Amino acid sequence: MSLLITGGRIIDPANQVDTFADIYLSGGKVAAIGDQASAFQARQTIDATGLVICPGFVDLYFYIPEPGYEQKGTVESETKAAAAGGVTSLCCPPATSPIIDSPSIATSIQKLASQSGYGRIWPIGAMTMGLKGAQLSEMATLKKAGCIGVTNMRYPFDNTRVLLRCLEYAASQDMTAFLQSIDLFLEQDGCVHNGPFSTRLGLPGIPETAETVALARDLLLVEQTGVRAHFSQLSTAKSVDMIADAQAKGLNITADVCIHHLLSTDECIEDFNCLYHIQPPLRDKADRQRLREGVSDGVLIAISSQHQPHETAAKMAPFAETAPGISGVETLLPLALELVDNGMFDLSTMIARLTCGPAGAANINAGNIGVGQRADICIFDPKERWLLSGETLHSKGKNTPHLNTMLKGRVRYTLVKGRRVFQS
Amino acid sequence: MGLAAIKDSSNIQLTDNGQLRHFLSIEGLPKALLTEILDTADSFISMEQQSVKKVPLLRGKTVVNLFFEPSTRTRITFELAAKRLSADVLNLNISTSATSKGETLLDTLKNLEAMASDMFVVRHSQSGAAHFIAEKVTPNIAIINAGDGRHAHPTQAMLDMLTVRRHKGDFKQLSVAIVGDILHSRVARSLIQAFTTLGVPDLRVIAPNTLLPVNVDALGLRVFNRMADGLKDVDVVIMLRLQYERMQTALLPSQHEFYQLYGLTRDKLKYAKPDAIVMHPGPINRGVEISSDVADGKQSVILDQVSNGIAVRMAVMSMAMSGQMTQQSDALKRLGDEQ
Amino acid sequence: MAIKEVNALQEIILKKLTAYLQTKSIDSPIVIGIHTGGVWLAKKLHAQLSQKGIVNEPLGTLDISFYRDDFTRAGLNPKVKPSDFPVSTEDRHVVLVDDVLMSGRTIRAAMNVVFEYGRPASITLVTLLDLNAAELPIKADITGQQLSLNRNQRVKLTGPDNLKLTIKTLSTQAN
Repeated sequence: MSLLITGGRIIDPANQVDTFADIYLSGGKVAAIGDQASAFQARQTIDATGLVICPGFVDLYFYIPEPGYEQKGTVESETKAAAAGGVTSLCCPPATSPIIDSPSIATSIQKLASQSGYGRIWPIGAMTMGLKGAQLSEMATLKKAGCIGVTNMRYPFDNTRVLLRCLEYAASQDMTAFLQSIDLFLEQDGCVHNGPFSTRLGLPGIPETAETVALARDLLLVEQTGVRAHFSQLSTAKSVDMIADAQAKGLNITADVCIHHLLSTDECIEDFNCLYHIQPPLRDKADRQRLREGVSDGVLIAISSQHQPHETAAKMAPFAETAPGISGVETLLPLALELVDNGMFDLSTMIARLTCGPAGAANINAGNIGVGQRADICIFDPKERWLLSGETLHSKGKNTPHLNTMLKGRVRYTLVKGRRVFQS
Repeated sequence: MGLAAIKDSSNIQLTDNGQLRHFLSIEGLPKALLTEILDTADSFISMEQQSVKKVPLLRGKTVVNLFFEPSTRTRITFELAAKRLSADVLNLNISTSATSKGETLLDTLKNLEAMASDMFVVRHSQSGAAHFIAEKVTPNIAIINAGDGRHAHPTQAMLDMLTVRRHKGDFKQLSVAIVGDILHSRVARSLIQAFTTLGVPDLRVIAPNTLLPVNVDALGLRVFNRMADGLKDVDVVIMLRLQYERMQTALLPSQHEFYQLYGLTRDKLKYAKPDAIVMHPGPINRGVEISSDVADGKQSVILDQVSNGIAVRMAVMSMAMSGQMTQQSDALKRLGDEQ
Repeated sequence: MAIKEVNALQEIILKKLTAYLQTKSIDSPIVIGIHTGGVWLAKKLHAQLSQKGIVNEPLGTLDISFYRDDFTRAGLNPKVKPSDFPVSTEDRHVVLVDDVLMSGRTIRAAMNVVFEYGRPASITLVTLLDLNAAELPIKADITGQQLSLNRNQRVKLTGPDNLKLTIKTLSTQAN
C-alpha cells in the first residue's frame, strides 16, 4: 500500500533533515523524499500542509500493565494511547506480573503488541531474577528474546557487590544497563521532594541525596565495569552535573528525563494533588531549570513520557497512599512543545530528544525516517489547540493532571509500517 | 517563599461568601476568620459558666467521630462539644491496618454518607486525609480535621490560640517558642500557621536538627538548637510531646539526653520572661519533655488548654455546620432560579 | 407616619406597664432585656421601676444568638454577649423588654432562653415599637407605638447613650 504525504515540514534529526518536502511510503518503508517522492502516484495521500512530519517517537520508559495489572491497562489500550501520542516505539520496564525475567514473557508482550497493531514494544528485562536483587537474570537469553537491556527498576540489591556483578555480566553480554539510581534508605517512606512544600504539608520528603548518592555509586561502578549504561528519569540538578562530568570523562553513558520534570515542580502537590504523585518526585525550580538545560545541550539525550496508567481507585486515597505515576503519553507532545514555545530549545532539538536521541540510547533501529527506513511516522500540528477529555484520552488510565485542560500541539496522524494507526 | 506563596486552596474550606464549611487546616484561612473562631469560643466559655450548658444549635444533626487513629482525649472533647450543641453523636473507631488503605477509607465514608450524616470529625494517620475526604469523597458533609498525619491539627492550634489570648491578650506583642519534635508534629505545623496569621512577630522553634523539617524557616520563624538561646525572654513556651510512636530510629540518642538538652525544667524556664506561660498539647511525658514541677507549677496553663478545647470545638463545629447549610441552600436556590 | 421620640415612648411605656402590672396583680417581677437594644431600654425601665418599689432585684440580660431559628442560614454572631440571669425565673413573673417587635422570632427564641432558666409564672412583653409584622402568633402586651413600614424600610435603635430611632430605606437590590 502506498502513501504520499504532501506539503508538510519534514524534521528528521537522525538524518539532519529539516525541510518542506513530500514523502512517499511504500511497502511499509520510506521510499522517497523530496522531488523524487512527488513523482510517485500513491494509492492514498495525506495533505500535511501546516503540519510537521517526523519519526514516530521513541519512548524509553513506558509502563505496560499487561500481564498482571490489566485493570490499569492492556497492551492494546496503551499502545493505542501511545499511537495517539505519536509514539511508535516504546520501551517497557519489567513491571509486569510475572516479571520480564524469562524469555517467554518478553516474547509474549511483543507478540501482543504486534497483534494489536499499534506501535512496537521493546522490552527492558529484569536485571535480577524476580527483581529481588540477589541472583543474576539470564541476560543473554533475554536479549535473544528481544530485550534491549536490563534494569532492576527501583528495587534494592542485596548489597553493592550484586549490583557490581550484574553490571559486569551485562557488559560481557553487550546488554545496556538501565539504571534508576535510588538510595532506598535515604528515600525511606518519602513520597514528595524534601523541601518547603513537604514541610508545610507534613508529607514525608525524599532528599536529593537519595538520588545523587546512588548516582555517584552507580557511575563509579559503570566506570569500573565498562558497561553501557542509561540512567532513567533523573530529577535533580546535581544529577545532571554528575552525568555531564562523567560524559566529559568519556564514560559510555546516556540519560533521560521524564517530561513532567521539565514542566512541573513540587509546587504542584500543594493542595495534596495526588495526580502529581510520581517517582522520582517533582523537585524545585532550580532542578527543573538544570534539567531543561541538560535537555537543551544534550547531556540528557532523551525525553521519556514515563507513562503509567492506573485505575481510578489507585488515586482515590490520601496522598501518600496513592500509587505514583501519571498517564502521560498523550500529553508528551504538547508539553514538549511548551518548552519550544518558551524558547528552551528549538523544534528540531525537541524532536531529536524524542526520536534519534532515545533510539541511540536504547541502541535500537528506530527514530529515523531516512529512505529505506521503516515508515513509523508521526505527523503533528504544532499549533492546534484541543481539549484533553475523557473522549480524547485513549489510555485506560485517566490519571493525568491535564485532564479537562486545553493543550497546544496535537498528533494528527501516526503511521506504523506505513499504515495509519491513529488519526485525530 | 513564605506564606504569601500559598495557592488559594483554602477555597475548599470556605463557602462562596467566606464562611467556614470545612475545618481542615489553619493554612489559607484569613485572620478575621480565626478571630471569629476565638470570639465565638469565648462566648461558649461564658455560656459554660452559666447553669445552662446546652444550646440547640446542632439539634437534629448527626455528627460522626471517625477516628482512624486511636485517641481517647480528643474524641471525648469532640463528643462533649457536639452534645453541648444538642447534636446526635456516633463514634466509629476504625484502626488502620497496614494493608487496608484507601479502599477501606473510601467505602467506609460512602456508607456513612448514605446514612445521612451531617458532619464528620476525622482523625487519620495520613497527611491530607481530611482534604481527601472533603474534596473527593463527601463534599456536602462538613469535615472537621481532628489530626491528619503530620499535616495539621487545627482545633488544637485554635484552643492554644484562645489560651494564649486569654492569658496574654494581644498577639502582636508576643514572643513564642515551640519546643520538641517539630518534624513529626501536626500540632506544631498548625501552631506555626496560626501564630503567623494572627501576627505574632517573634516565633521560634527549638529542637535538634534531626527533629526539624527541611526549610522550616521558610514558614516565617527562627530556628534554635539550644534552649538557653531559644527561650530567652519569651512570653509563651509550648512543649511538644516527644512522639515516640512516630519516631524512626536514629533521630535521637536517648530520652535521657533529650531531657537534658530540651526538657523544660524550672532552671530552663528561667530563660523565659518571669510571667511566661507554659503550654503542652498533651498528653504530657513527665521527665521527658517537661518536669513535673513545671507541668504542675503556677506558670503552667495546661489545664486551661483542656477546658478551652471544648468551647473551641463547639465554635468550629457550629460555624462549619452553618456554612455548609448556607452553601447547600444557596445551591438549591440557584438551581431553583435556573428552572 | 412619624415616630415619636424615644424619651416620649419610654414615658408612655412606663405609664402603661405600671397600670398593667397593677391590673394583673403582678408583684415583684423580674425585668430581662434582650440584647442589644432591649438591654439599653430595660436599664432605664428597671431603674424607674426600682425607684417606684415595683422591682426589687437586679436586671437580667439575654442573648438569643444560640437560639435563633435561622443560624444555619445567617451564621453565628461571634460577638455573642452571654446571658446573665442573676435570679432564677422559676415560678416568677417576667417582664421581657425588646426594642422592636417585627416577625416575632426573636421573642420566640428569647422565651426559649427564659424557659431554660426556669418555668416562669408569666411573661409580659414590652417593646418600644410594634411593626404589625408578626409572622408568629406573638403580641406585645405593652408597646410605645404601633408603626407600619413599607416592605423596604427598616427601623433601628441606636445607643447606648442618646437613644434614637431611625428609619432606613433599603436599596431595591438589597435583600
